[in-house]
Order: sequence, then C-alpha cells, then structure tokens
Amino acid sequence: MSQLFSPRANAWARSSLAAVLTFGVILGWLVFALMRSSWATKQNEFVEQPIQFSHAHHVGGVGLDCRYCHTSVETSAFAGIPPTNTCMNCHSQLWTNAPILEPVRASFRNNTNLMWIRVNDLPDFVYFNHQIHVKQGVGCDTCHGPVDKMPLMYQAQSLLMEWCIDCHRAPEKYIRPRAEVFNPNYKIPANQIEAGLALKKAYNIADARHMTSCSVCHR
Amino acid sequence: MTLADIRTRLDGLEGRTYWRSLEELADTDEFRAYVHREFPEQASEFRDPAGRRDFLKLMGASIALAGVSACTRQPVERIVPYVRQPEEIVPGRPLFYATSMPQGGFGHPLLAENHMGRPTKLEGNPEHPASLGATDIFGQASVLTLYDPDRSRTVIGRGEVRTWGTFVAAITAAVNTQRALKGQGLRLLTEPITSPSLVDQIRTLLAGLPEAKWHQWDPVYGVRQGGAPTTTAIYRFDKADVILSLDADFLGFGPGAVRYTKDFSSRRRMGTPQDALNRLYTVEPVPTITGANADHRLALKARDVQAFAAAVATDVGVTGAGGGALSAEAGKWIAPLAADLAAHKGRSAVVAGDHQPASVHALARAMNEALRNVGATVTYTAPVAASPADGARSIADLVGDMKAGKVDLLIILGGNPVFTAPADLGFTAALAKVTTAVHLGLYHDETAELCHWHIPEAHFLESWGDVRAFDGTVSLVQPLIAPIYDGHPAIEILATMNGAPGQPAMDLVKAYWTTAFAGTSTPAWTLRNSNGQPFANADTFWRHALHDGFIASTSALLAAPGASAPAGPAPAPPAAAASNAGLEIVFRPDPHILDGRFINNGWLQELPKPLSKLTWDNVAYLSVRTAARLGVANEDVIDVKYGGASARVPVWVMPGTADDVVAVHFGYGRRRTGRVGTDLGVDTFPLRTSAAPWFGSGAEVTRTGDTHELASTQNHFAMEGRHPVRVVTADEFRKNAKAIADLGHNRPPDALSLYDPKVHENTGHKWGMAIDLNSCTGCGVCVAACVAENNIPVVGKAQVKRSREMHWIRVDTYFEGDPAQPEGTYHQPVPCQQCENAPCETVCPVAATVHSAEGLNDMVYNRCVGTRYCSNNCPYKVRRFNFLLYSDFTTPELYAQRNPDVTIRSRGVMEKCTYCVQRINHARVDAKTTGQALKDGDIKTACQQVCPADAIVFGDLNDPTSQVTKLKQTDRNYGLLEDLGTRPRTSYLGVVRNPNEALKS
Repeated sequence: MSQLFSPRANAWARSSLAAVLTFGVILGWLVFALMRSSWATKQNEFVEQPIQFSHAHHVGGVGLDCRYCHTSVETSAFAGIPPTNTCMNCHSQLWTNAPILEPVRASFRNNTNLMWIRVNDLPDFVYFNHQIHVKQGVGCDTCHGPVDKMPLMYQAQSLLMEWCIDCHRAPEKYIRPRAEVFNPNYKIPANQIEAGLALKKAYNIADARHMTSCSVCHR
Repeated sequence: MTLADIRTRLDGLEGRTYWRSLEELADTDEFRAYVHREFPEQASEFRDPAGRRDFLKLMGASIALAGVSACTRQPVERIVPYVRQPEEIVPGRPLFYATSMPQGGFGHPLLAENHMGRPTKLEGNPEHPASLGATDIFGQASVLTLYDPDRSRTVIGRGEVRTWGTFVAAITAAVNTQRALKGQGLRLLTEPITSPSLVDQIRTLLAGLPEAKWHQWDPVYGVRQGGAPTTTAIYRFDKADVILSLDADFLGFGPGAVRYTKDFSSRRRMGTPQDALNRLYTVEPVPTITGANADHRLALKARDVQAFAAAVATDVGVTGAGGGALSAEAGKWIAPLAADLAAHKGRSAVVAGDHQPASVHALARAMNEALRNVGATVTYTAPVAASPADGARSIADLVGDMKAGKVDLLIILGGNPVFTAPADLGFTAALAKVTTAVHLGLYHDETAELCHWHIPEAHFLESWGDVRAFDGTVSLVQPLIAPIYDGHPAIEILATMNGAPGQPAMDLVKAYWTTAFAGTSTPAWTLRNSNGQPFANADTFWRHALHDGFIASTSALLAAPGASAPAGPAPAPPAAAASNAGLEIVFRPDPHILDGRFINNGWLQELPKPLSKLTWDNVAYLSVRTAARLGVANEDVIDVKYGGASARVPVWVMPGTADDVVAVHFGYGRRRTGRVGTDLGVDTFPLRTSAAPWFGSGAEVTRTGDTHELASTQNHFAMEGRHPVRVVTADEFRKNAKAIADLGHNRPPDALSLYDPKVHENTGHKWGMAIDLNSCTGCGVCVAACVAENNIPVVGKAQVKRSREMHWIRVDTYFEGDPAQPEGTYHQPVPCQQCENAPCETVCPVAATVHSAEGLNDMVYNRCVGTRYCSNNCPYKVRRFNFLLYSDFTTPELYAQRNPDVTIRSRGVMEKCTYCVQRINHARVDAKTTGQALKDGDIKTACQQVCPADAIVFGDLNDPTSQVTKLKQTDRNYGLLEDLGTRPRTSYLGVVRNPNEALKS
C-alpha cells in the first residue's frame, strides 16, 4: 500500500494552519474596525429631520445663544429640545408664510408634537448629564462640534466610551472657563494644559479615580 | 424528624439558638444539599429536550454572533418636545406632589414623584402626621396598579360597551324615578368613608331621598365581630414605656401602622446601654409583625383574649371586668404583667385589636382609664369614619332588603361584595333580584360581571378627592395623571345622582373646601395656616392645602387635647361558644393581597409575606403541635370545615401560632381577575360568615392527602447559622457593653489581607449604611420600595420556587428556641453589604463589578456576560441573576411606570443593590452645581426613605458628624460575617430585648 500522505502534505498542513490563524486575526481586526467605524458610531452622518432646521443660520448667522432653545442644559441631565412655542416666538413674526416652516405652524395649530430624530444618541445604559458638564467648563462645541457651521446637524464625535474616558481621565485637555462654555467661537489657548489644570483646581473637578468610576455613568 | 427529636437537638446546642425554618432545624440531608448548592435549583442543569450536542452547536453560533452584535448600529430614537411646555416642567427632573392613598376609607399620605407627567414612585409625605415620610407596602405598590393593563377601561351597560354619557342619562332617569318614591328602592353600598366631600354628597343625596339607605362593607377594614366600638383609640407609643397588645397588630396593619411604627421604634434606639427601652407584651392567636417585636409574646386562642384581658383588668383595678377560664401558662402572665402596667401609670398603653369584639375594646379602655393613660398615651375620639356602620350587620340588612325585592337601584361604589360578602348572606343570589345594579370599580371583577352597569373607577393617582388619616387629619387627593383608562371617581357619580352631571371632581372637592373655609357651611374646625393666621382668601387656602397635601389643625387629637369621647355602655362579652370542641378558626386577610383587591399586583404577590415569607399563595397556619397532631406538614392540603362550608387550603406550619387554631387567609382564589392574579390560591370566603368574620370555634380539619406547591423564600440565601443576627437582653447589655460584639467572631487583622488597602481609602465621600435590627419591625416595605425605585422585575411563582426572585434587599427572619413556642423572632434586612474587600470583584473575568472611588461596589450591566462567579463567591448571597428575560419589555402600559434613572436589565445579567447610586449621582451633581457641599441626609436610599422604623441609615463615613458614622461607633454595631474579612460597609446594630424578669422564670 502506498503512502497516504505525500511529503508535501506537511507543507499543506502547516500553511492551512497559518491560513486559519491569519484569517482569524483578519476577522478579528475587521470586527474591531467595523465597531469603531463611523458606520457603526454614526459619526459625521447628516440626519434628515422633519424640518430642515439650520443651526448654522440660527447660531452662526443670527447669533442665538444655545440656551435660548436648550433651556434645561444648566439645570438638568437633559439639555431640552425647544417646544414648538419657542419656534413660534420668532416665527409668528418672521417668515410667517415660508413653506419650509409649515410643519412648525401645523404643530402649533393642531397641537401635535414635532418628532425630531436624536442625533447624539448614547446607549440607554449610559446616563450622561449636561448640567454638570456645562458647570465644570466643558464647552458645547467640545462634544457637539462646530454647531454654528452645521446647516444640518450631525454627530461630531464618535461617542465611543474611549472618547468619554479620554476627557474623564484628563479633563484639563478640554475644559475652558465657564464664561466661554456657550461661545462657539472660543479659541483653544496655546497653554491649554496649564490653563486646564488651573481650572480643574478652581472648579473642584474630581480626580481621575472618581471620574472613571463605573457608576458615574452606568447604573 | 419529630418535634421531640428537634427538641433534643436544640438542647444539645449551647447558647441561644436561632433558626429560619423547621427544615433548617430538622437539618435533613436534603436541606444541607439545598444550602450547599452553589446556585439555585436547576441553574447548573441542562434539562431541555434538545440534546447536549445541539446545545453546544447553538452556543457556538451564539458566541460567534455575540462579537458581531457589538457592531450593530443603534436604532433611530426620537425626541418629542412639547408644543407648549408647562412652565414648571424641566425635562429630566422629577416633580413631587402631595397626595393621599385612600384604603379602607383612611388616607395614607404620599408624596408622588412625577417624571414629565408620569407618576413613577410614591414616597411618604414627610410633613403629614400619619406618615412622617414613610409609607406602608400598599403605598409603594399602588403605583403599579395605576398602570395595570388589566384594569377596566370602558363603561359596560348590560353586557355592551357604552359611553359615560349613556350612563349619565340612565342613572339620572333611574334616580328621577326614585325621587317620586322618596328613594324607597335606592341603596348605596360603599366601603368605609372618611372623605368629607364624599360624605357631603351622600348626605345631600339622602336628604333628597329620605327613604334611601346607605350601607357599608369592607371585608378587611370595615368588619367588627360582636359590634363595633363606639369610640376610636389613637395611641402615642412614643410616650409609652409598657405596652400590652391584645391581638392588635398595630405595627403591621391598619391606617395608623406607619405612624405607630415611627413612634414605637423611637423607643427602641438604645444609643448607649443606659438608654431606656420600652417593653411590649403581645397576646395573639396568629403571629404578626407586632408579635414578632414583642419582648414577651403569648400565643392564645382568639376567644381566650377576652378572659385574659378581663384577668389583667381585674388586677390593675378595674371592677366588674368579668372573668373566664385561662390556661396555666396564660395564668402565669397575669400578675407580673399587671404589676408592670401598674408600675407605669400614665406611661403604659393597652391596645385592643380590630379583630377582637367591642367588649375587649371596652376592657382595654377601662384599663387605660385605670392606669391613667387616657390623655397621655391614648386618646379616645369619636370614630373618624363617617357613619360608622358595623359592616357585617350593614350588608346583612342590605341583603335582606334585596331578597325581599325592595331594591330597585343598587349603587356599589368600590369593593367586590360578590366575592367578599359573608357566605351566609347569599349576596350573589340576592343581587339577581335587584332591578338595576351599578358597580364602580378598578377592575371588571366578579361583582361587575353580575351588575347591570359597570363604570371603570379612576385610580387615586388619577382623581381629586379628600380623605382623613387615622388621626382625623384631612388629606387631599390630587391626581398625578389624567385617567389612563377613562375612569371616574365615586364623587362624580354621586354628583350626577344629585343632579349635577359633568361636574369635574376637582370643582366638587374644591367647592366643598372653599365653602367650608368661607364659613357658609359649618365645619367643626377653624381653618388656619401654619402660622396660626387665617388665610387671606379661599384660593390661598386651597393652594396651601394642596401643596401640603393636608389641612393641618384637622387632627382629632388637636380638636380637644386630652379630652376623650365618652365611652358608651359596656358591651356584653360575646356569649361563649356552645362548645369549645374542634379547632378555632381564625380569619385574616392576606397580608399583601388583602381581600383580593391587589391580586393583580405582581409586586405585592412576589413580596415575601411577613414571617412565613410565602409568595403567590394563601395558606392556613397551624402551630407545630397542632400540625403534628393532625399529621400534616407544609404544602399538605387540608379540608377545613366550618359553618357547613368547606375549603381545601394548603398548610403552612407557622411557629408561634396558638395551638388548636387554624388561621385561614382570605383574598385568593379570584375567579375574574387579570393576567397576574388568575388561578392563584384558594377562595376561603365561603368559610367566613357574618357572625364570625374573624374567629369562631368548632372548625374541623381533615387531611386530604393532596399537596400544593408553595413558594416561600424563607430558606433562600441562608448563611448557615454563622451568628447573622445578634441578640442580647437589656440587662446583659447594661452589664457588658461589648455583649453584642462578643457574640461573633472578630474581624481578622487587616495585615492578613491580600487586598490592596488603597481600594478602600476613599478621599471624597465614603458611603456606608447602618441597619438597626432593634427598631426594624420586619414589615418588608424596604423591599417594596427597592422594587419600585430600581425597576426590579417580577419573576413568578415557579421562578421564586427555584430561588430566583430578584429583590435586591431581603428581610431574613430568625426564630429563637423551641419551634412549638418560639421565644423570639428577629428580622434582618440584607442588601448588598458593599464590602471593602469584595469577594465578588476578584472573580469577575470581565471586570463588570468593580469598586467606585466612593467605596461602592459598582455593577456594570453592559459589561456583565453572566458567568455568575460573583454570586457564587458572595457570602451574603445578595446578587441576583436574570436567568430569563424577567423585565417586561412588551407591555406598553408598564413602560411609563419605570424609573427613567435606572437601567432596565435584560436576560443574562447580574444585578444588585448599589445604595441607590442614581440618587447619589443626582445629589452630587446638584451639590456641585450649586457649589454647596452635600449635607448628611441629602441622599436617602429608597429603603431608608420608606422605612417607618427609621431602621436604615445611609451616609458618608468620612463625615464625623453624620448619623451613620455615629451609629457605627455605638456598642451595638457589628458586621455581618465579619470574620470573613470582607469589611462590609453595611453594618448592623444588634437586637436588645427588654424582658420582664418576673415573667421570665
């Protein structure tokens, strides 16, 4: 009886083992890359809303303060989405016949709610709180990006946990004076780390051990 | 194992012995195996018909897919702003409104948490004298009833869906017909009512229809055996040094229980060994929470309580108290007890229970008068309930009229008399003779089914109204949400009958009170604001009262301090039963379901009942001796025969039940209910007659040979008798301040630990908890509050049976001594101990449970992969695993109930107590925002906030002035299983009982 396996079979066996291993590594890398890709995180994706509301116009152009509409940002975990009433404060006088604003007028007229689509959507097991971030000197545009230049809103950051933790470990890299929090034109100073450390002390911001405790965000 | 064997075993043990159940005492191999099992039953078995091979294949695929699932995109989520936002609502922040829960006619004051229009959690009203910030379990669980998807949703008229308008037209026509007849054929059947505005409506109706009659029936709160007492007693237990309870469960049941527990426990603190303790004697047939907290407890047949009370009364100087035969054991009690009471004149209290006849109440009053307690620890007032009818007689009169065909129009406002009426009356048959019967109720129940009209009732969280608390304080009921299911409150039906249809309840209630304020009606009190000044106008008064939730100065105690309503003529003691043969049957409402009104409430079903720790079933209690004599054990079904009726009830052998007593619980076995309550328990109402609603002699019990599975949590999570609860007497403690510390093993030196000591150095806050076992009464409301606060799911009887209940805090009960006659009962609430050297953390392979910088043992649900190693390594057994998808993700009605600040856990995730970390985070964020430091008491955990005994104290251990720090420095403080070196952050204050030496020997 002849040999069942030729000497070449060894090479085949070894290379197939290597192939399986390589395939595994590549698959793992793919999954990891996909998970962090903007496809999964929805980063930089424009979102179609029921009304083509332009932050670029209202914030950049008109110069409205963020808090004119997002009223509870300093007092609640949720920044607040303005009620139709807030839109109508101006739009009962301005652009009263503009077709683009018909959904707003219809909402006001029929007492039906506008259904916005959430852009910066954290998973439900994360309990983010606007109130404390604003108080401790995290600027709106640090997380939300150049809102004053966004004709349509998009998610400016990945919102991955590593992104959150980056700041929670070293907030001095990002924080600014409280007075500048709502300023979309704030320029990051050259000595950010130095200034940040001073602010961290002044604002009594907890150390990294506190800020990275799980129950700060998950509960 | 027989009783004699158990006794021999007990005698062989040294020192005091504590046990949780008869199974534990018997120490069978089965029980050992149960305790030693790593995980609850069937957790480690694979019994599905699919084979092991299929299972592995499926698991392989699941693991492969699990990695990919992390890459999915989140589903689109919408944000829906208001069109016109109410000014006071800040999205993300709850609002709190004062309201009241009416139950049995009495008000339970509440503070309701409202998230953007959804009531989610009820707390006690801290300013109200009947609550002082705490609630009972019904206060916690009633928010679930509000959202119950099985509540009735439409008006039903003669079997068809109708509108409210059709009903208004029909009732108006029917009442108009009655007007011509002066109301001859009109009967009103209500539950006991204290609401002034509702009574006003009823009085108006009866004034216009002089021959109409008003009847009352409530099988739990409105029935007195042998006549109702003519006065109501209100106690001040904070002023009483010695208390005698004659079958009164004043700590566990009734409208005053919360306040009474507050007052009673304030005398059990014992901060230093020198502090005085009160002393409680309890005489009762069935073990209750009050009995469990007694320093001396005597199990006595219900009928013998009269003779016992008479003997004590004679000894304390009451003349003409009568007498009766007493057992030798009871006889030994009389002299020392009477001497103790007499030694505390003006500082003692004798309490007669609602289940005892008026004659016992008269004896209790005579004793209180002889002991000069009246005006000091007891006040007798006119009954708080309006038109106090003896429920059994009242409904008997009604049924008589119904049978005689005198009733044309029967209006049933609340209650379920078809199910609950005394069996001897034949209410159901009589109802068929009524021309038109109208039923108002939360559910389309047995009564609704047989009535011509059914109107869905508005839940109290959807209604305007008013109600009096146990002390007479008028409390306002204000809605937290518009009626979800188109319900209407009783007052709207009465207003319709009074010819004012379409009047909203708010206008009716407000009009009543502002008229009373204006002085055009004649209320018996003067309304003033908290500064004692008259209000400027009706509107300021109304707003003030709504804000507070009650009208101060309406308490019966304030009306005439010290003065007492006159006692009526002494009622004759009930004629002795013809024969004392057979067993005594004692009726009790199920502690959580009551008469069946809460049967569709999953929280209450799953909350372990006091002492027996049963869930999802009703039982008959038998004493250890009686069960042995009858040859029955737990889960055996017995046939109880009484008064010509019989019921097959499962047995629970309850240590502490009086011998020759069969204590039957009613409320289960409902025929028409919702998805939760269907096919649960047995109906024992057929045994209950109008002559003997609470107890009677001559019951017969026979074995049937059948068994019925019961799910009791008493043996779950046992810690194998390693001194979990420590008990000393006051004398021992005074002699040796270290008496409690000496009872357990010491904490090992820290140097022996392999843990990094830095883990438990907390630079900022350092959270800790102390639980006072001496003031804890074991009522279990902490469990209910935890369920409501933390979105804890209901798992069902089959899962409880497998030890899979999800409660993050449990109340362990330990009995002491001979099971036939336990000397003591002790309770221990056990939440997560937040160990500094947490054994759970080191074994988690994915770091899903780790320490926070403030010393919390955090649980991260989104990291957990469900290995359950942590729960295996937890010596306290406080971790709970979602073996199945227990949270209800599919019933939309229930979504609105959930606390939005706590994650709803899915299948395969471990969960546990984290000291209500959501509350800690909110308070910390607010403190940082305002720039002020957190003060002691700013953060209260849900269990702490609700505890009527103030037994749970939470706070910052880095704050030397905080209450918890001070408690932990007292001599009673000890850690649970401290010898394991886990360094628990939760500690316990040991029990100090205050027995009477004269009675001990």
